[in-house]
Amino acid sequence: MIALESLSVLFNPGTPDERAAIKDLSISVPRGQWVSLIGSNGAGKTTLFNAIAGSVSPAAGRVIIDGLDRSRDAEYLRARFVGRVRQDPGGGTAPDMTVMDNLALASRKGARRLLPAKPRALKLLLKERLAELGMGLEERCDENVSRLSGGQRQALALLMAAFTKPAVLLLDEHTAALDPRNADIVMELTRRFVRGYGLTAMMVTHDMRRAAAEGDRLIMMHEGQIVADLSGQEKKGLSVEGLVRLFKEVRGHEYAEDRDLLS
Amino acid sequence: MIEAILVEGLIYAVLALGVFISFRVLDFPDLTAEGAFPLGAAAAAALIGAGAHPALAVLAAFAAAALAGAATGAIYAAFKVPSLLAGIVIMTGLWSVNLRVLGGRANLPLIANNPIMDAAYATLPALPEWSAALFFALVVALVLALLVWFFSTEAGIAMGALGDNEAVVIAAGANPVSLRTAGVALSGGLCGLSGALAASYQGFADVNFGSGVVAAGLASVMVGELMLKSNRIGLQIVRVVLGSIMFRGLMFAGRSYGYLIGMTPNDLRFVTALLVIGAIALGRVRKKRRISSPAAALAGAAQGGAA
Repeated sequence: MIALESLSVLFNPGTPDERAAIKDLSISVPRGQWVSLIGSNGAGKTTLFNAIAGSVSPAAGRVIIDGLDRSRDAEYLRARFVGRVRQDPGGGTAPDMTVMDNLALASRKGARRLLPAKPRALKLLLKERLAELGMGLEERCDENVSRLSGGQRQALALLMAAFTKPAVLLLDEHTAALDPRNADIVMELTRRFVRGYGLTAMMVTHDMRRAAAEGDRLIMMHEGQIVADLSGQEKKGLSVEGLVRLFKEVRGHEYAEDRDLLS
Repeated sequence: MIEAILVEGLIYAVLALGVFISFRVLDFPDLTAEGAFPLGAAAAAALIGAGAHPALAVLAAFAAAALAGAATGAIYAAFKVPSLLAGIVIMTGLWSVNLRVLGGRANLPLIANNPIMDAAYATLPALPEWSAALFFALVVALVLALLVWFFSTEAGIAMGALGDNEAVVIAAGANPVSLRTAGVALSGGLCGLSGALAASYQGFADVNFGSGVVAAGLASVMVGELMLKSNRIGLQIVRVVLGSIMFRGLMFAGRSYGYLIGMTPNDLRFVTALLVIGAIALGRVRKKRRISSPAAALAGAAQGGAA
């Protein structure tokens, strides 16, 4: 469960360039709900994720995760409750370490102890998890992550973010850098993790088709605010055309890039 | 001759391990070693001179130098200055500290009482010329075993990831600042330990011991990387020792036979500098190769498109 209460984030506070990236935004996402987040560039989607994860601190408002106010916690402390997959497949993995070391690192959230990082039981468990990706990575445990393809790295990053069952999983255009085939594979894995583990997930996407198809709820952001919030039957009945119409209504004009995204 | 190279290579291998941890494992370019190495030498020499047990003297040398490393890490974290600047400040300050530890002198001899070398020469009475080499091989083996163990623990793996991709360490809920500071402290401590052993071997501690040790350590690391390619931390640690022995062999050859090409011992630093430049060039080529891999290129293109 995650709730944002009157959250505001300022860029360049106290300077002539001050700009509100998030304006007095409130939202509550119940446990197990999957929210798709759309909006044009600069709408504040990634900033919202940064504020939830703790990589930017809000000017006002609170971030509540599983009922506790985490607004003041450092990013590494919040990481125990917040899993995140970024767009760049390199962002979520350590390239010059092995697949197994990456997973072992992600398997424990919190302070590091002087205990073996990869006891045999953990290794077996992690291999099972890898096998579930269906990419044959369980046979490549001792290879460096830099040798994997972008799709494989992103699947691994998703596994690392999700398999500890965080209170909220943030997916920041996590399929946008992949080719269509790999994007579909990673999206299928996302579905399996979110539904299989019963995770609360928020997913930013520029892909209207995915935004309409995936998730239980759709939120549209514009200039740091939520301008549309659809769930239940409204969300289920949503077509791509309907979504684009909504998008245009909100923005009042059309950018060429929308046509690219839909083609 | 070979046994002398081995002894030197092993003693300075501990220094090279310290440099390896800061430059390679943590991706934290650091000059603290230039002050930590003579600090270890001075602390050990002063304590032995005062009648302390040699094991205590060596441990104190490690601890004092680790503290210096921790100070560099703390300055880096607190003031967000580049790691090199933090290291330079500590190195400069340590020069005065080291003179204090040496009792206001620039040089403290260990000729009259040198228990570490006494032990070293007594290790293998049957083959006296190899005795010191065996002794220092055992010391380095102990250090290696401890490091290999450490880098297989949760803390060690996280420290290893820090220099690779800090975001992964943060995502694992580990505090990157304390991990990095501990790593820089470990690096400094190893430099101090090496200094303590070097002072015993040379028979004195000198405030100018540290000059040029970072470059020498880097060159050793780089020679090792040329000798052996591996992604396993255990092998990477072992190859630092091999690199150090090779590097000392090169230096020995330069001292002994350099005159044949008109080289003097004064030219060895230049050779070291060339080796380091080679290391940097090699690192860049490798990094470029990685960035040009399909995955990274795709990610880069996508980021560019979104910007």
